[in-house]
Amino acid sequence: MLRYLIRRVLGVPFLLLGVASVAFILSQSTKGDPLSALVPERMMNNPEIVQAVEAQWGLDKPLPVRYVVYMKNLVQGDMGTSFNTRRPVARDIAERLPATLELVVAAMIVGTTLGMAIGLLSARFRHSIFDNAARGFALLGSSLPIFWSGLIMLYIFSVQLKWTPGTGRLDARTQAPEGVTGFYTVDALLAGNGGLFIEALSHLALPALVLGWSVIGIVARLVRSSLLDALGQDYVRTARAKGASDRVVLINHALRNALIPVLTVLGFTFAYLITGAVLTEAIFSWPGIGSYAVSAARSLDYPAIGGVTIVGATAFLLANLVTDIAYAWANPRIKVSG
Amino acid sequence: MSAVETLRPASPSRARRAWTFVRRLPLTGQIGILILLFWAVTLLTVQFWPLVDPLMMAGRRLQPPSADHWLGTDALGRDVLSRTLHGSTYTIPVALMVVVSAVVIGSALGAAAGYLGGWTDAVIMRAADVTLSFPPILLAMTVAATLGPGLPNAGLAMVIVWWPIYARLMRAQVLEVRTREHVEAAIAGGAGRGRVLVVHILPLCWTPTLINATMDFGQVALLAASLSFIGLGAVPPSPEWGSMISEGAAKFYSWWIAFGPGMAILSVVLATAFLGDGLRDVLDRRGPK
Amino acid sequence: MSAAPLLEIRDLRAAFPGPHGPVEAVRGIDLMLDAGEVLGVVGESGSGKSVAMMALLQLLPPSAIVSGSARFKGRELVGMPRGEIRQILGQEIGCIFQDPLSAFNPVLTIGDQILEAIRLHDRKISTQDAKRRVLDLLASVSIPQPDRRVDQYPHEFSGGMRQRAMIAMALANNPSLLIADEPTTALDVTVQAQILDLLRQLAAERGIGMVLITHDLGVVAGMARDIAVMYGGRVVETGTADDIFYDTCHPYTRGLIAAMPRLEKITEKLVSIEGTPPSIFDRPAGCSFAPRCKLALPDCRATDPSLRPVHRTSVACLRAEEIVAGTQGAVRAEFEKGAL
Repeated sequence: MLRYLIRRVLGVPFLLLGVASVAFILSQSTKGDPLSALVPERMMNNPEIVQAVEAQWGLDKPLPVRYVVYMKNLVQGDMGTSFNTRRPVARDIAERLPATLELVVAAMIVGTTLGMAIGLLSARFRHSIFDNAARGFALLGSSLPIFWSGLIMLYIFSVQLKWTPGTGRLDARTQAPEGVTGFYTVDALLAGNGGLFIEALSHLALPALVLGWSVIGIVARLVRSSLLDALGQDYVRTARAKGASDRVVLINHALRNALIPVLTVLGFTFAYLITGAVLTEAIFSWPGIGSYAVSAARSLDYPAIGGVTIVGATAFLLANLVTDIAYAWANPRIKVSG
Repeated sequence: MSAVETLRPASPSRARRAWTFVRRLPLTGQIGILILLFWAVTLLTVQFWPLVDPLMMAGRRLQPPSADHWLGTDALGRDVLSRTLHGSTYTIPVALMVVVSAVVIGSALGAAAGYLGGWTDAVIMRAADVTLSFPPILLAMTVAATLGPGLPNAGLAMVIVWWPIYARLMRAQVLEVRTREHVEAAIAGGAGRGRVLVVHILPLCWTPTLINATMDFGQVALLAASLSFIGLGAVPPSPEWGSMISEGAAKFYSWWIAFGPGMAILSVVLATAFLGDGLRDVLDRRGPK
Repeated sequence: MSAAPLLEIRDLRAAFPGPHGPVEAVRGIDLMLDAGEVLGVVGESGSGKSVAMMALLQLLPPSAIVSGSARFKGRELVGMPRGEIRQILGQEIGCIFQDPLSAFNPVLTIGDQILEAIRLHDRKISTQDAKRRVLDLLASVSIPQPDRRVDQYPHEFSGGMRQRAMIAMALANNPSLLIADEPTTALDVTVQAQILDLLRQLAAERGIGMVLITHDLGVVAGMARDIAVMYGGRVVETGTADDIFYDTCHPYTRGLIAAMPRLEKITEKLVSIEGTPPSIFDRPAGCSFAPRCKLALPDCRATDPSLRPVHRTSVACLRAEEIVAGTQGAVRAEFEKGAL
């Protein structure tokens, strides 16, 4: 297992190289002309700009050289200039990344806590009405088109019931909190601004719920089955023989063992959430990299889409790596055995 | 593999076998089949139905549901019900073609990788690893944007996203089946490599692929609609479900514009999830995953 | 109170729901154990011996139906509310299971699991005291370097050490009854002897009564005062250890004794009883041993004999008297063939 982990860690740079190579190939095939992936159409007749871009990306050189130049630029954080914002893509992404992370983390908290709670109760009361209803609820979450359920929820809770504010991370006139994390909820708390925290949280709640709902099923299903598996193990009988109550057995023994397989799906869940975040952000006008990618795709802003894709894939790879390491850490059987 | 045959009704006896197979499915699986049948019939015959032309701006704009327009009208005064039903002729065939292409390409590559091993295996599976390193929607968006908007290009992008799943599945199956006794007997009996693969190995490898493909169909339809919603799939004025929801999002207070297409997508995704679960129950006797 | 036995089981039954109604795994057994004594319960797997013990401790799955009576120090265990029996389990009754690897939770250290056993019954004990007790317990079962072992996980222990730790855990609260379910089956032969010695010594030192469940008569020899032989969910013969070994009447017990490897008979090949025990789903009518019994008569397949005193033991066999005499008809022929 240790060897597997080392191989896993060493494999990440190669996968990243592969990801970047795919991005390069795509940038070279845009409309049959790599230039059109770097320069907006309306600036094509501006020779100065065209020349500067050609020099920067080595477009007058042969393909292998262009590949090296592309990689060099990428390593230096240069992903080109967005057609829409006319700013470096890397800067746009850096500014918007915290919003996406805040949404994804919040959705992950929603999805895993609700998923675990539902899975736990489903295992405890299996084949009951609750069990079936909970599975239906979870299945609905993973089957709903998120760009539609988000719309419907927004209509119900914001427009009709007025329980939640409208779209965006804050009310239109509110000044964003100064802060290090870029998570408005956390920054507001750090600044000791309770009102701002409530406002940021109420904006975050609905999109996080909609997005989190989509992964509840994955988590709940796994928690239920691995918990049922754990409850049938010999060590559960041993614990009962020690005089442990059902609650102690469930929490100290079954749950601990059942959570190990759950760790393995967290990486998968993260991938699912990144995909869902792209669409959720578009619906809730959430100023993260997802809505950035969607508006870039709508206007064929190639550098922006490419940049988001590379960043998204990197996040995805790292999340899976962290999951694997966490799995090894949580499972003492794996730690020593080679 | 008999299940694959029973799914293909050709002669009366096959039809009967198909019927007994359907009866063995759990209730949810049967509901799934009913929903899918409804959409199959709809997409084949909808042009003959007594519906308003989905492109005609017939009624008044943004009308809520009424006796004339059961699901209301959109921003251009087009009938939402008619557009929703016609939408099946876009999303479903695209999803079907994507799944079939991904299964064929992915399985062929996976079988080659598993059977030939060595460099072929390494190259194909590393390519699969890299592809699976991307969050699916981002890769699909990038490829679709590179190829240019349009449903066929979106379909191609989705095949690129989906093939590695079937490659991995088929490779694992081939590796497992390859070591079985009847295969070793065939090799010992002097059968050629190609013959062993096609006659003795592949026929035993289809069950997991079939189950996965069924379950994926809904997810592919969902991704297709997502791409259209973003604007990279079907182009207006096509009544594609994703782009209809996008139009509904623009006219946010007229909730009914998005309601019909949303329910349509949901029904397809749920139906395939139900059917996939049912197929797994009946075909995969090794028990739950 | 002092006269009452430590454990007294009367007509204990345990059934599981089956596809065609409940299936009985234990069909009415009577057993008795005095304080400080050792009772051996012997039988092949599927004879119901483990199920019977798990039944009286309420450790069977909730779907199991248990009836009859099992009095521990005069208190009825069958039907006792879970909250009440929890006070007894781990406190007054300790359990040792067959496979110590699967019986320990793989993700908790050995120390934590013994600590839990202490804490479940002594909520006020300080962490320091509890930890000291864990170390003492590990030392008392002769685990070397307890201060290092205490923080290790079950998979880092050898089989024998794991079983020692399991014994330490069962003894954590000084129980008066120990139920050991095949404590040595999963171990190497040399380790088996060590574990048995340890059990014997601890039980004697602390005056613990013990039910020793095993399929191997050799394990109870020299340990148990009384032995009950189980077959097909029933006790088929019971008596003192000496009487069972030297004056057994039941063909099944005789088969078990013949199957024991013995030093003085080392040149002879090992005898085994032909056939397999009946499945609880498909029990024969009449005596459950009849299908495998060389002495079975048509009567044996019709009536299920009940336990009655014959010679020195209690036996459930229609032909027990003939076997004691060893002289008549088929029995004699079998004796002459050396089958018994």
